[in-house]
Amino acid sequence: MSLELKNIEKKVGINTHIYSTSLKLEKNTINVLLGSTLAGKTTLMQIMAGLDKPTSGEIWFNGKNVTGMKVQKRNCSMVYQQFINYPNYTVYENIASPLAITGVNDDEIKQRVGKVAELLKLSGMLNKKPDELSGGQQQRTALARALVKDSDLILLDEPLANLDFKLREELREELPKLFEDRDCIVVYATTEPSDALMIGGNTATLLEGKVIQYGKTLDVYNKPENLISAKVFSDPPMNIAQITKSGDNCKFTDNDVQWKSSAKIKDGTYKIGIRPHNITTYKEGNNSVEINGKVQISELSGSESLIHFTNGNLNWVSLSNGTQQKNVGEDTKLYMNTDEFLYFDQNNRLVNNG
Amino acid sequence: MNKTINQKAWYFVIPVFVLVAFNAAIPLMTVVNYSFQETFGNNVFAWEGTRWFKQILLSERFHASLGRQFAFTFIILLIQIPLGIAIALTMPKKGWGVPVCLILMSMPLLIPWNVVGAMWNIFALPDIGFLGYSLNAMGFDYNFTQQPGDAWFTTILMDVWHWTSLVVLLSYAGLNSIQPAYYQAAEIDGASRWATFRYIELPKMKKVLTLAILLRFMDSFMIYTEPFVLTGGGPGNTTAFLSIDLVKMALGQFDLGPAAAMSLIYFFIVLLVCWVFYNLMMKNEAQS
Repeated sequence: MSLELKNIEKKVGINTHIYSTSLKLEKNTINVLLGSTLAGKTTLMQIMAGLDKPTSGEIWFNGKNVTGMKVQKRNCSMVYQQFINYPNYTVYENIASPLAITGVNDDEIKQRVGKVAELLKLSGMLNKKPDELSGGQQQRTALARALVKDSDLILLDEPLANLDFKLREELREELPKLFEDRDCIVVYATTEPSDALMIGGNTATLLEGKVIQYGKTLDVYNKPENLISAKVFSDPPMNIAQITKSGDNCKFTDNDVQWKSSAKIKDGTYKIGIRPHNITTYKEGNNSVEINGKVQISELSGSESLIHFTNGNLNWVSLSNGTQQKNVGEDTKLYMNTDEFLYFDQNNRLVNNG
Repeated sequence: MNKTINQKAWYFVIPVFVLVAFNAAIPLMTVVNYSFQETFGNNVFAWEGTRWFKQILLSERFHASLGRQFAFTFIILLIQIPLGIAIALTMPKKGWGVPVCLILMSMPLLIPWNVVGAMWNIFALPDIGFLGYSLNAMGFDYNFTQQPGDAWFTTILMDVWHWTSLVVLLSYAGLNSIQPAYYQAAEIDGASRWATFRYIELPKMKKVLTLAILLRFMDSFMIYTEPFVLTGGGPGNTTAFLSIDLVKMALGQFDLGPAAAMSLIYFFIVLLVCWVFYNLMMKNEAQS
């Protein structure tokens, strides 16, 4: 089983929503579409589902061309950001609805709904209406509806975005388990890099209607092909600076901070990307380098501290473990773990990928 | 905690008191006053107790006009609500069609009631009116001034023309508030058009439809101007609805006592039906 998009393009009027895109999603995988709002995640999903037709290009499913085939014939299910359930059906009837429509017999419906309800912890509320449930339970009902029908393709469009923090964490942990022994392709759209990392599987980074990079989630994270992909897959935003390299010595263009680099790249000028958690208030790794910063904002979340600081023209973010109390305006020393630096050439392509 | 006493706030309430008093309370009380007394000229009154109420409640004339009123309201609700929903469903959701449809739909609502009556009167005249002449030319024996059936047909058609738009606009607003994701979810489930309507659109329109039915009930139950101008309650008394009958009694015959009693009964019927209806709808709401 596989889902393949071949040179899919979507135009609405004079606006291009999806630029020519090719993607191949394999059976039994979870695929994360990662990108900010308006990156084209939802459009791409609707094209995958058959809710929307591509302007050009083809969609192949299991070796068959399904471009233009109606969604009803495609055996897929979708979960939305908003909690979509039939308002005057009970939870049981809601979960049963996709089966009832296809004419599955009552005994089997009962058995399958029971199983899914248990999996999603809905057993106790099968007789309630969606209005009587909390947001988390409503979304579980919607998930149950998507899972009950043994779809070939399950699309999750930011399913956790409207949930409060606790519920989001809880459901996010459970999600990958739900799909573990299923014979299907799962596509999960999200704006949050942490979602992609927790879910694992494969990730496609998207920006403004273009798929930037697709591959195993950890590969995309650790070895972003280019600066754009790295930026999309970084939250808080990645710190970027111009550097010059000569021999083993590297130096920022904007200040005097220097370090020895083991990256096997030619001398010249590069852009580097530093993820916020590689700049800390304490030394990490064997090759850390000190940088002075003037604290702009200091956000403490308890387990982590986010410190925005400036150094000359640089306006950076650092992320340290624990509570690191800093006052605004204070001059402080921070340490960069140079082993984790990502070097990009002037065309924004990653060069130290070996 | 000590509350500061400031009675000056009462001054702010006075205008409302005065307004409501002159607007509603005092006129209503005069009606109550009339309903318990026999009125003679020169402000001479005689106490009659509940006589007028008994008389009205037992009178065949009142039963007949009340029956006609319920029949009329029932028929127009039966036509306007489904028709309104159907039109709203077929209206475009985006593009230039939206403003065009909305403006066309609100046109009838903007026309004064007596103008609607006069328009339809001329429109339906059997010898010169477009509708009347056409129907007769097609071989129908149509004359709304002489045949009760035709009079009813014309009155109902007029009301449907005038007020279906209100149901359309309310339903349209209700439909537009449904997120597209609901339709997509139904599509993915493989739901038919009817199932989508029955299980998504109808439940989501419930509140606006309750409002539409209540408004249309009250308005049609109190209808006066349009049938008065169109048929004048005729031929005979066949289209004399409650309010037309009431005005005949109060101003035509100057039976102030019975007319006042009838007004109050009329008022309580409207109040009662609305209350019952509203509670029924809201009871369902609480369940779901």
